[in-house]
Amino acid sequence: MEKRPLSFYLLGSFFALFMLFLYGPTITIAILSFQGPEGGLTFPLRGVSLNWFRELFMEQAVGDIWGSFRRSLALGLMVMVTTVVVSVMAGLAFRHRFAGSTVLFYLVIGSLVIPSILVSMGIGLLFDRTGIGNHWATSAFGAHLTWTLPFGILIMFAVFNRFNPAYEEAARDQGASTWQVFVHVVLPLIAPALVGVGLFGFTLSYDEIARTILASGSRNTLPLEIWGMTTNVTSPVLYALGTLTTVFSLSLVVLVIVAVTVMQRRRARAGSDAGSGMV
Amino acid sequence: MRRAHLNSWLLAAPLTLVLAVFLILPILLIVAVSFWSSTEFSFGPDFQFGNYAYLFGSAVAWKVFGLTFLMAAIVWALTLVIGFTIAFFLAFHIRTLKWQMALFLLTTIPFWTSNIIRMISWIPLLGKNGLVNQTLIGAGLIDQPLEWLLYSGFSVCLAFVHLYTLFMVVPIFNTMMRIDKSLIEAARDGGASGFQILTNVIIPLTKPGIMIGSIFVIALVMSDFVTTRFMSGSQLANVGRLIANDIGLLQYPSASATAVVLLITVLLTIGAMLRLVDIRKEL
Repeated sequence: MEKRPLSFYLLGSFFALFMLFLYGPTITIAILSFQGPEGGLTFPLRGVSLNWFRELFMEQAVGDIWGSFRRSLALGLMVMVTTVVVSVMAGLAFRHRFAGSTVLFYLVIGSLVIPSILVSMGIGLLFDRTGIGNHWATSAFGAHLTWTLPFGILIMFAVFNRFNPAYEEAARDQGASTWQVFVHVVLPLIAPALVGVGLFGFTLSYDEIARTILASGSRNTLPLEIWGMTTNVTSPVLYALGTLTTVFSLSLVVLVIVAVTVMQRRRARAGSDAGSGMV
Repeated sequence: MRRAHLNSWLLAAPLTLVLAVFLILPILLIVAVSFWSSTEFSFGPDFQFGNYAYLFGSAVAWKVFGLTFLMAAIVWALTLVIGFTIAFFLAFHIRTLKWQMALFLLTTIPFWTSNIIRMISWIPLLGKNGLVNQTLIGAGLIDQPLEWLLYSGFSVCLAFVHLYTLFMVVPIFNTMMRIDKSLIEAARDGGASGFQILTNVIIPLTKPGIMIGSIFVIALVMSDFVTTRFMSGSQLANVGRLIANDIGLLQYPSASATAVVLLITVLLTIGAMLRLVDIRKEL
C-alpha cells in the first residue's frame, strides 16, 4: 500500500473534530438526562438517576407529551405513505417528456426553496378563511407534503436516471401488461430507494416545526410541544425527552439500513439464471 | 403519442393536485392579503399598497433584510468550506468504498434526528455555567463566563452550521464520487502538484454539487425563523421573525407583504443560482 500523505492526517483530524462537533452536543444531553433529582441543566452531574425519564411518564407532569407524540406518529405515517405513492407516480411520469413537465419540475424545486413560513402562514390562512379550520391531519398534513415530496421526487429522478429499461422491454416482449411490468419488474428494482423515500417522508414530518406552527390548529405535534417547552421548562426533563426522541429516530434509521442491506443481499444471492437453460 | 401524454398526466396528477392546493393557492392568498388593510384588531379585503409602502419606508425592515443576507452569506461560506473539506476527505483520502460509505453514513445520521433537540443540546455546552465556560475558567483563561456563547449571533451561526453543513456534504460528495479518477492521474502525470489538482481539476468538476448545496443552505437560512428565535433567545432579528412577530399581533396584511418580498428575494437568488446548474442532470 502507498504511504499516506501528510494531508491525510490533517484532513483526518479535521474530520474527527467535525464528528465531535456533530455528535458532542447530543451525547452531552444524553448524559445529562440521567442527572440526579437535585441536578440542573448543566454539569456537574449530581448523582445518576432515571428521575427525569420517570417524570416524562407521569400523568401530565409537563404538557401533553404522549398525546402530541401519538399525533406526530400518525401524521408521520400518513405523510410517509403519501410521499412514497405520489413520488413514485410522479417519478414514472417524469420518465417521459409531457406538456407541462418543465413547469411542474420547477414547481417541485420551488416547493423546496420557498420559505417554510410562507407555506405555513398561507395554508393556515386558507383553511381558516374558507371555514374548513386548521387541523394537524389536514392542513399540517398538506404543509408537510410540500416539504417531503420534493425530496421524494428528486430521489426518484436519481433512481430512474440509472434505471435500465432493458428489463422492462424484456418483460413486455414476454407479454407482460403495463401493470405486470410495474409490479413484477420496476417495483422490486426500486424498492430499496422507496424505503429511503419513506424514511425521508416520515422523519421530515416527524421533526417539522416551521411548516406546522401556523397550520396545525389547536392540537400540538411533538416538535411543537417541545418548542413550547423550551420557553417554560427549565429542568433536565427536556433532555430526557430529547434523548428518547433521538433514540426513536436513530432506531428508525438503523431499521432502514438493515432492511435495505437485507434486500440487496437477497437480490445478490438470487442472482440471474440467464443462460442456465442453454446447457 | 397522445396516449403517452395522457398516461404521464394521470401519473403526475396527484403531485400537481397537492402542489396546487398546498403551495400555489396559499401563496396566491398571501399575495392577495398583502394588499388588504388592517386595524389593530381585524383585517379585511382591500386593494392598497400601504403595507408595502410601510415596509419599504421602515429603516428596521431594511436593516433586518440586510442582517438576513449577512447571516446567509456567513453560514454559506462556513458550510461550504467545512462541507467541501469533509467531502474531499471522504472521496479522495479514504481508499475503500466500504469505509467511504460508513463514514458518509456517520456524517449524515444526525440529519434524521430532531432539529429542535439538536439546538437544545447546545445549552449545557454554551450556557453561562456550561461546559465551555467551566473549562475556560478552570484553565484560568478567563475570569468571567463568556456571555456571548449562547443566545447571540454567534450561537445562531453555530447552530446553522451544525444543522446545515450536511446539505453541502451530500451533493458535493456525490459529484466528487463521479469524477473520473484517471483525470487526476493525468494531471499528476502532467506534473501538477496536489494543490494544482485541487484547484484546476477537482473544484471545477465539483461545481454542480457546490451549487446544489449552496441552494439548499441559502434557502434554508434566509427563510428560517425557528433557529434564529431559539438560538438568539429572541434577541436577534431576521425576516422570518419579522413575519412571525406580525402574525403574533394578528397583522396578517403586513406579515404577508413582508413574506411576498422575502419570497421574491429568495426566488431571485435561487433562480440566479439555478442558471449555473442543471439539477435534473446531476441527480
